[in-house]
Amino acid sequence: MDSFLGLDATILARIQFGFTVSFHFIFPAISIGLASYLAVLNALYLWKRDATYLRLFNFWVKIFAISFAMGVVSGIVMSYQFGTNWSGFSDKAGPVVGPLMAYEVLTAFFLEAGFLGIMLFGRRKVGPGLHMLATLMVAVGTAISATWILSVNSWMQTPQGFAMNEAGQFVPEDWWAIVFTPSFPYRLAHTLTAAYLTTAFIVGGTGAWHLLRGHGHNPGVRTMVSMAMWMIVVTAPLQVMVGHEHGLNTLEHQPVKIAAMEGHFESHPDGAPLILFGLPDQAAGEMRYEISIPHLSSVIFGLGWTGAMEGLDVVPDAEEPPVAVIFWSFRVMVGLGFLMVGAGLWGLWARWRGALYATPMLWRAMVAMGPSGLVAVIAGWITTEVGRQPYVVYGQLRTADAVSPLGASAVGWSLVAFVVIYFTVFGAGVVYLLRLMTKPPELNEREGPDEGPIRTAGLTPHQMVEDGQVEDGQVGTGRGDPRPAE
Amino acid sequence: MAIDLTLAWALLLAFAVFTYVVLDGFDLGLGILYPFFPKKQDRDLMMNSVAPVWDGNETWLVLGGGGLFAAFPLAYAIILPATYPLIIAMLLALIFRGVAFEFRWRAGRPFSAWVWDGAFIGGSTLAALCQGMILGTLLQGIEVEGRAYAGGWWDWLTPFTLLCGVSVVAGYALLGACWLNIKTEGAIQIRARVAARLAGLATVAGIVGVSAATPFLETAYFERWLAWPGILEVAIVPVLVAALTLWLARALSSGKGPDWLPMLLALGLFLLCFAGLGVSMWPYVIPPAVTLQDAAAPESSQMFMFVGAVVLVPIILAYTAYAYWVFRGKLDPDEGYH
Repeated sequence: MDSFLGLDATILARIQFGFTVSFHFIFPAISIGLASYLAVLNALYLWKRDATYLRLFNFWVKIFAISFAMGVVSGIVMSYQFGTNWSGFSDKAGPVVGPLMAYEVLTAFFLEAGFLGIMLFGRRKVGPGLHMLATLMVAVGTAISATWILSVNSWMQTPQGFAMNEAGQFVPEDWWAIVFTPSFPYRLAHTLTAAYLTTAFIVGGTGAWHLLRGHGHNPGVRTMVSMAMWMIVVTAPLQVMVGHEHGLNTLEHQPVKIAAMEGHFESHPDGAPLILFGLPDQAAGEMRYEISIPHLSSVIFGLGWTGAMEGLDVVPDAEEPPVAVIFWSFRVMVGLGFLMVGAGLWGLWARWRGALYATPMLWRAMVAMGPSGLVAVIAGWITTEVGRQPYVVYGQLRTADAVSPLGASAVGWSLVAFVVIYFTVFGAGVVYLLRLMTKPPELNEREGPDEGPIRTAGLTPHQMVEDGQVEDGQVGTGRGDPRPAE
Repeated sequence: MAIDLTLAWALLLAFAVFTYVVLDGFDLGLGILYPFFPKKQDRDLMMNSVAPVWDGNETWLVLGGGGLFAAFPLAYAIILPATYPLIIAMLLALIFRGVAFEFRWRAGRPFSAWVWDGAFIGGSTLAALCQGMILGTLLQGIEVEGRAYAGGWWDWLTPFTLLCGVSVVAGYALLGACWLNIKTEGAIQIRARVAARLAGLATVAGIVGVSAATPFLETAYFERWLAWPGILEVAIVPVLVAALTLWLARALSSGKGPDWLPMLLALGLFLLCFAGLGVSMWPYVIPPAVTLQDAAAPESSQMFMFVGAVVLVPIILAYTAYAYWVFRGKLDPDEGYH
């Protein structure tokens, strides 16, 4: 069998998919949350006429635009990756999965892209009402997109509603059952909450950074921190609960995944321990240096003190997912989740004492936790995706049977190209994002991205003043000076 | 019923691909034309002219790929591995030119601005080249065994596919120049007309070259295009191409007539090429191995999606048109930078 650096085509294709999808998902995770945040900011501005909200909108919309562009271009890669590297999957599962993804394009991608231009550049051209509508459409589009793609993923995790034809294809029988698989509501809730929480930490971390830099007098900075801390104290505990429910659902439908997440190599008929730490040794089928709390795993899963839990010993070795990866990624996600709850409570406590803007220790913690949502999201996806191995459609289609008939060198070289280019291009993008984030929201921030907006003939600054837009949007330095200040 | 649905999906996908070519064609074309507009303010203006719409334009490519995956999964599963290096190169090229839209304005130093201009030029040109070569690979025939691609890893690289690739680059440059003719005035518009004439010449040369080579790729193509009496019916395509070419040449050299006329004529040329492609390939989706019927998804898949597409595509077209309407008119270069 041919190989590339000692790896065969299947494992290379898996690495390539894992790499490109992990990189890609960082951007939607930001833009789902940020789109909603921007819609809220814009609505607050229109409602309260407080220019602080407009300044915050203008601050975050630039960050959103960059993040969204990176999401779009890395997303196009995903929509073709199924065919390039996973043609076995495309041929067999295409009849079920394809239409759901086509619906994602039709109901979400076009909606986001169609209204994005107006949201970014069109405030003056279409007026506040239609601009608000466009902003809302972009936010709704991101959520619809998440809904469809999670429906696809959930079907692959808990497939139902299909039959097989003689060509070995999955043929849809009941679309309702396909869209609404048992794991779908839990996965959707968990992922959307994760996106909001991720964004809250990015916003909160950015605000905290500016507080540490002595910008506490800037109302934009204070509002940013306050809104983020409220969001965190509500969504972080909610996410723990949703995650717990998702876990119960996984135990019901994919018990092997739970056994791997918990590190249970052996079945525990009299109550399973909660393993806090240990070194999984899959070859030997045991957990080394285990630190555990007896019976707690069974209790958490609602099975009672002596509730029986099956371990990986009930399935043949060939059906086991790689335990170490899942065991650790799950602990990273859960650990961060509880830290997030802690951060939320700390913020609430500081606010109650009236010291939200006078607690540098909290700000430092928030800056450190700024990217925590992204790390937790990736760790969570690793857990659930690696956890359904060796299947790509759980229990139905093995990953090894889904791969394209490609040579290892073709997949290997394209992987190298993706890695090099993603790190350079998106690395530069992250630098630009950080540069924007570390610039405090100015008191005289003007409308829209600071360069590059569309200006067609007939929209001269003079007319802007006449239209009342300048005064309205607080964009100029004063009524007599229509030139934007920068 | 099943036959009708398959045909409907073939037409819908053809529509999506053509819409993609129309919309992303001109904004890729701007990237291809960038080297002919070295001044920063011209380049700012060119990028501004598509900044609000390029996301939407590229979404049609996702619909083309996603629609093929959904309605003809077998074709998707064969074509993508067969053109693997081209697809990967196209995707990476689209990354470079896509991020350039945002990064260009964020670049602090002249060097990084130069880098993102380069990314925009290289990415746009390479993406167009790859798209043409993918089309060429499909047209020259893909070897299939069972339900999988069975050809070699370099089958996509032939003089014919390269000719197709270069022709698409020229065609997109023509669309880009016609777009600038609509959106700009003054010196840059005059330059755009010069670029349009050059790109138009190259495009027509490409059309002639590809058309001359195609009948000799497969006997089926030869019979369809050159056998008597069918030639009388299909000859209308080259005749119309010649007529549109002359009209376009006059419109561009005289400078009279509305500014949107060259764009319309150029799109007419694209539509004729597209029709010619349909004449050659029908009823295959992958000549000479897989027909549309062979590759069709089960009826339940096509039906589920068709209902949504019939409702949603007109809505999408409506708000896309609205977005273009909002940003209509000539761009004012004095307002484009600070």
